[in-house]
Amino acid sequence: MVPLSYYLVLSGILFACGVAGFLIKRNIITIFMSIELMLNGVNLSFVAFAAHWHALAGQVFVFFVMVVAAAESAVGLAIIIAVYRTRETLNVDHVNLLKL
Amino acid sequence: MNPNLSLWLIPVLPLAGAAINGFFGRKSSRTAVSTVALVFSGTAFLWALTVAWRASSIPLPYQEYLAHWVRSGSFSVDFAFYLDQLSLVMLLVVTGVGFLIHIYSIGYMWEEPGYYRFFSYLNLFMFFMLTLVLANNYLVMFIGWEGVGLASYLLIGFWFTKDSAASAGKKAFIVNRIGDFGFLIGLFLLIQHFGTLNFTQVFDQVKPLAVESSGAGLLTAIGILFMVGACGKSAQIPLYVWLPDAMEGPTPVSALIHAATMVTAGVYMVSRSHVIFEKAPIALAIVAIIGTLTALFAATIGVTQTDIKKVLAYSTVSQLGYMFMACGVGAFSAGIFHLMTHAFFKGLLFLAAGSVIHAIGGEQDMRKMGGLRSYIPWTFLTMGIATLAISGIPPFAGFWSKDEILYKAYQTSWIYWLIGVITAFITSFYMFRLLFMTFFGDYRGAHVDEHGQLHSVHGPDLHRDDAHGHGEPHESPWVMLGPLVVLALLSTIGGLVGIGNHFEHFLAPVFGSEYPQKIAEGSGVNELLLMVISVILALAGATLAYVLYVSKPELPEKITDRMHGLYEAVLNKYYVDEFYAALFVKPLIGVSTSVLWKGVDRKIIDDSINDAAEGARHVSDNVRHMQSGNLRSYAGWIAAGSAVVIAYMVWLGVGR
Amino acid sequence: MISIHLALFLIFGVVAVAGAVNLLAQRHPINAALSLIAVMAALAGEYMLLGAEFLAAVQVIVYAGAIMVLFVFVIMLLNAGVEERTEGSRVAIIFGIPGVLLGSILVAWVILRYSETEAVPAGALPGAPSTIGQLLFHEFLLPFEITSILILIAIMGAVVLASKPEPAAGGPSKKLATEQKVND
Repeated sequence: MVPLSYYLVLSGILFACGVAGFLIKRNIITIFMSIELMLNGVNLSFVAFAAHWHALAGQVFVFFVMVVAAAESAVGLAIIIAVYRTRETLNVDHVNLLKL
Repeated sequence: MNPNLSLWLIPVLPLAGAAINGFFGRKSSRTAVSTVALVFSGTAFLWALTVAWRASSIPLPYQEYLAHWVRSGSFSVDFAFYLDQLSLVMLLVVTGVGFLIHIYSIGYMWEEPGYYRFFSYLNLFMFFMLTLVLANNYLVMFIGWEGVGLASYLLIGFWFTKDSAASAGKKAFIVNRIGDFGFLIGLFLLIQHFGTLNFTQVFDQVKPLAVESSGAGLLTAIGILFMVGACGKSAQIPLYVWLPDAMEGPTPVSALIHAATMVTAGVYMVSRSHVIFEKAPIALAIVAIIGTLTALFAATIGVTQTDIKKVLAYSTVSQLGYMFMACGVGAFSAGIFHLMTHAFFKGLLFLAAGSVIHAIGGEQDMRKMGGLRSYIPWTFLTMGIATLAISGIPPFAGFWSKDEILYKAYQTSWIYWLIGVITAFITSFYMFRLLFMTFFGDYRGAHVDEHGQLHSVHGPDLHRDDAHGHGEPHESPWVMLGPLVVLALLSTIGGLVGIGNHFEHFLAPVFGSEYPQKIAEGSGVNELLLMVISVILALAGATLAYVLYVSKPELPEKITDRMHGLYEAVLNKYYVDEFYAALFVKPLIGVSTSVLWKGVDRKIIDDSINDAAEGARHVSDNVRHMQSGNLRSYAGWIAAGSAVVIAYMVWLGVGR
Repeated sequence: MISIHLALFLIFGVVAVAGAVNLLAQRHPINAALSLIAVMAALAGEYMLLGAEFLAAVQVIVYAGAIMVLFVFVIMLLNAGVEERTEGSRVAIIFGIPGVLLGSILVAWVILRYSETEAVPAGALPGAPSTIGQLLFHEFLLPFEITSILILIAIMGAVVLASKPEPAAGGPSKKLATEQKVND
């Protein structure tokens, strides 16, 4: 039997890795992937709580999170492509000016 | 009071004239401005005459209430006027002499730019002076007091583009202010102890109090403080220094304000407060001492001055000293009598001096005058009458009033009398010196070859391009001579009201009748003897002046060479101005510059604001680095912040 | 004695954590994408353990199968290379990492110490598609519809943003050689 806290710790570790990746990485696509990692970690904790409290709403919420993550990654990657077209770089440190 | 005298008309009419001339005068013609000024001041004078005539049939004192002003607890002050014999005399003097000087100024100031401004200020002065004289309480009197100081400043500095005139105006105002400070403290004491500033109420409360003969008390303090104010306004020691400088103003101003009316405000105030002074013998003694010393002191300075107006200025200070001497020995009516006659002959002297200055095109130095009696006979005649009057030669006006004072002074102490007669001798000497230097001998001024070269080196009464093309000294127009003649008449017969103590009896309801007893003490023989002595001394002074300046004009130089040190001291007014400058002005300026300006203003106020701005700039300089546009930096800050928040929430949760 | 449940949990957990750490460690984005796919697969396993079958399936199909594929497409489209070392933000390194580390350690410690050790049984709550569907179309109908609109908007936005600008409209002067190649 796995205590709830184990799931939460795992979720926390994944989330922490996601944040760390967001801060460390310089490639914007990698940063985006870290965001996805964060979302996954949170999804896990939702599901764990849903199981703990016998509330199926938690799983439904995860469903919605996935939908939103999909939409967001689509749009975000489109933006990345647009930025790449103008700046010729994927390094996020080089994209720090509003003007060209 | 049943009959309505409409006293308020008398001050308000000149005020209206001042307003009209002040607001509309700039675009109006000279004729219009003069008409306005004359009409309003003339009507005020006529109304004053009407009031005088009607006042003989109603009981005095008469009070006229206009509006209430201050209502603060139990303390109240109203705008109200008060008419009794004393204010009636002052009223007639101020409006009468004022009106004459208005007429004179039309001629004198005709070619000046700022003509309308002059008459506006002159009318404004009349308004304030009349308020002062007619007030029924000290606070309204103080309005007039301050207002005449203001008008004096405006008029002295009339030619404000001239540095010396502007400084003289400032000096007059500031020195006056010092006196006003003492006056104000006296008023505060009055409020504190009597709860009112109304004349009648204050005097009613003071009358039952005991005479403070054993030492200084409340009334002595009030008296001394009032005297401080009077010293400032009436140019007594130690606050007389502004009056000679005030000669920078136009001559009509000197005549009206600094001879006839404003400077007499101090005498009026002391006389009005005689109830307080009579209960405080120490204060009265101080008044007498200051008056006497000032009379002598100023007279000695007048002996050496070469500017015709400066001589008259010191003479004014000296004569004011006589008036205060009179008040100081309790002879208030004698002081007012001398005030009246002084207004006549000193006003005449100044106006005639203005006529002389006008005649020779702006020159004021007597060393450049001489022999003018053939050129300007009318001026010579009137000025001669005035000189006789001021020297105290019978039957002219000055003799009666001055003699009255000397007699009353003798009854108090022979020292006062002695100094008084010595001063009379010196007065006669320097006045005749003035007369002889100006009108006798040869003309020492610049002679004119062609037209228009008669310019004076100094002297603010610079009549540039005289319209009447001339070069030689010329008589003034009749608009200027007319007032001279009227004043000369008054100087001749004006003293006759003093015969048989008529004047004193007229003022008796105001001042009480303490002195009839003293008169009974001194016998008539004594009075006659004193009269004779003073006349002899006056004639001696005149003779000495004749010797030194007409028959043996080389003598004065030999005398001054012999007494070089003393002469230099007197010529430089005993260095009093320099003394004041070193003692008060320089340290004050030094403190103002180093402490207040550099220290407080720059360092504390400016620097604190600058440092605040610097600080804001500094902070923002450091904070702006946060907005770098760098995505990871932003993310880092967010992560750090949220870590803190999460830690805090965990701590909260754990704590429970 | 470790139960099967715990063992499976640990296996999937370790895989997930390893994938996450590898994401941080890899310098080439494609490697990072692949490790993320591993993480998602492991998480799908976790969901199964918790009885969320539908979610596990959706995770694999949508998340790992669609979203991550999209990521890989974009990486290859843009020919993202190895990450360079650039001067980044000091704040991120100094404050962010330690902060996150501390935060996570703190949270883990607290959770482990203070929460009840009540176990979650395996497959406790059957998350069958039918039950989820019921919920989705009854209580959560409105969010469902809204998210469908959201997806529509996202599609339109992605198409507009990523479309190649008109050559005549004077787009940015720099043209990608790779882009040319791809679009040929």
